[in-house]
Amino acid sequence: MSTAESFPTRLTELEVARLRADFPVLEQKFHGRPLAYLDNANTTQKPRAVIDAESHFYATDYAGVHRAVYELAERATRAYEAGREAMRRFLHARDVHEIVLLRGTTEAINLVASSFTRAHVAPGDEILITEMEHHSNIVPWQLACEASGARLVVAPIDDRGELVLDALEGMIGPRTRMVAVVHVSNALGTLNPVREIAEIAHARGVPVLVDGAQSAPHMPIDVQALGCDFFALSGHKMYGPSGIGALWGRRELLEALPPWQGGGAMIESVAFEKTTYGPIPSRFEAGTPNIAGAVGLAAAVEYLEAIGLERIASHEQQLLAWATEAVREIPGLTVIGTAAEKAGVLSFVMDCAHPHDVATILDREGVAVRAGHHCAQPVMQRFGVPATVRASFGLYNTREDVDALVAGLRTVVEVFR
Amino acid sequence: MSELRELYQTVILDHYKKPRNYRKPEGANRLAEGRNPLCGDHIKVWARIEDDRLADVGFEGSGCAISTASASLMTEIVKAKTRDEARAIFTRFRDVVLGGQQVDGAELASLGKLEVLAGVREFPARVKCATLAWHALEAALEGSSESVSTE
Repeated sequence: MSTAESFPTRLTELEVARLRADFPVLEQKFHGRPLAYLDNANTTQKPRAVIDAESHFYATDYAGVHRAVYELAERATRAYEAGREAMRRFLHARDVHEIVLLRGTTEAINLVASSFTRAHVAPGDEILITEMEHHSNIVPWQLACEASGARLVVAPIDDRGELVLDALEGMIGPRTRMVAVVHVSNALGTLNPVREIAEIAHARGVPVLVDGAQSAPHMPIDVQALGCDFFALSGHKMYGPSGIGALWGRRELLEALPPWQGGGAMIESVAFEKTTYGPIPSRFEAGTPNIAGAVGLAAAVEYLEAIGLERIASHEQQLLAWATEAVREIPGLTVIGTAAEKAGVLSFVMDCAHPHDVATILDREGVAVRAGHHCAQPVMQRFGVPATVRASFGLYNTREDVDALVAGLRTVVEVFR
Repeated sequence: MSELRELYQTVILDHYKKPRNYRKPEGANRLAEGRNPLCGDHIKVWARIEDDRLADVGFEGSGCAISTASASLMTEIVKAKTRDEARAIFTRFRDVVLGGQQVDGAELASLGKLEVLAGVREFPARVKCATLAWHALEAALEGSSESVSTE
């Protein structure tokens, strides 16, 4: 799908250099070195366009949304709703009412897990997830299972970190009510065949939720082509602000969901005897939302659209290929997650040093990586490691960043072996 | 590199690669577990207390060089100490690695072998690694068998 070959129009070195200049944080030095920020699967840095959009909005257009009649409030409402429209465009959704603006992927999954289960899940029913899920696509379903008496079923992954599709298919039974699957694994980088999974599940009449936190900023997303029913994503992983993200859901499925949180903005009318709820998506947006966050999110979408998601994907595939090749030269290093289809995530362990020690040494060389279980403890257990080091790429990373990573790993070997 | 060498001194690497007292002591009558939920580090610390003294101390678990070396050094240093003496060592050690106040040479020297871990001061993100085993020991000495967390 997103291999380098499919997108010959890769970003040039010059373009990446220009893009880097859009990110003020990259101008800094750490421990006397330029910053090689390789923790993009955790969160991404912000371009000036996003920072300025939020700041400008607060300075000129800020007011409460959806309530007041004065002009300033209308401007704020328009700006907020433009964030929703940007998300629709970004996801290639049909209908802007299918976009619920929320805090992020975690909140989006919690919403579906809670509301869907209340409406459609009975004791003895099953929710099917996979072994490579982030905790945010495990724990909400465990809570929902506890509340409903349903059972959590887990589809296995193989030694390369690929989903065992046949096993998943065999686990979809008459009691399966939902298949919830990650698009790209944050710990392994595996790109899951979501379209195929949706076809398999739909053949049995089961809806599919996709955790898109790790895929959205790294490849073009078309929810209609993917064929899923819910898609959750986070603004902060796509160069937008933290605290804003979205849930996309098929209109008829969203309309069949009961409200999640109660409060202002989500109602039609309130009386002590009976309250009626508003239409989608406002039914799921109780309380004053992250208004400026939506404005920043729209700016992030525009920024990514101007570059082109295909070209970003291609650039990151190149970085991944370089890094994967280069770390083969490091003695005692094992890559965890070697799926055929991967996004820009390189997870590994070293026989001489614990991931924490590796990350500390890399930090002193200006290289920012994540060390730990990546909120995916079942993945760590599957591979028999307590933690991994993870380098993850973004649009502003360069060959020099990969070289800095490899040089840092040589220092680790020097210190520890 | 000098700060890294300071952090990863030969003694620390030695205790990381060959941790001392890496076992459950015979007749252990205290156990506590320490976890760092951020990184998944997990350690078990056992003690055999006789007449208010730590007759034997051991540990098992998985962790980084800093947490493993700190646990290993700890088991050597607190052995044969009274509970209060062990707690006092932890307090001094914590003060040094937290680096809140100026540490003088005498204070460093009072840490004995633990002085090799003083380099952690320059790495605030790693202080929890250095203190994990100590928090577990403290819980074990309290007699509570609950799991302690660095959070």
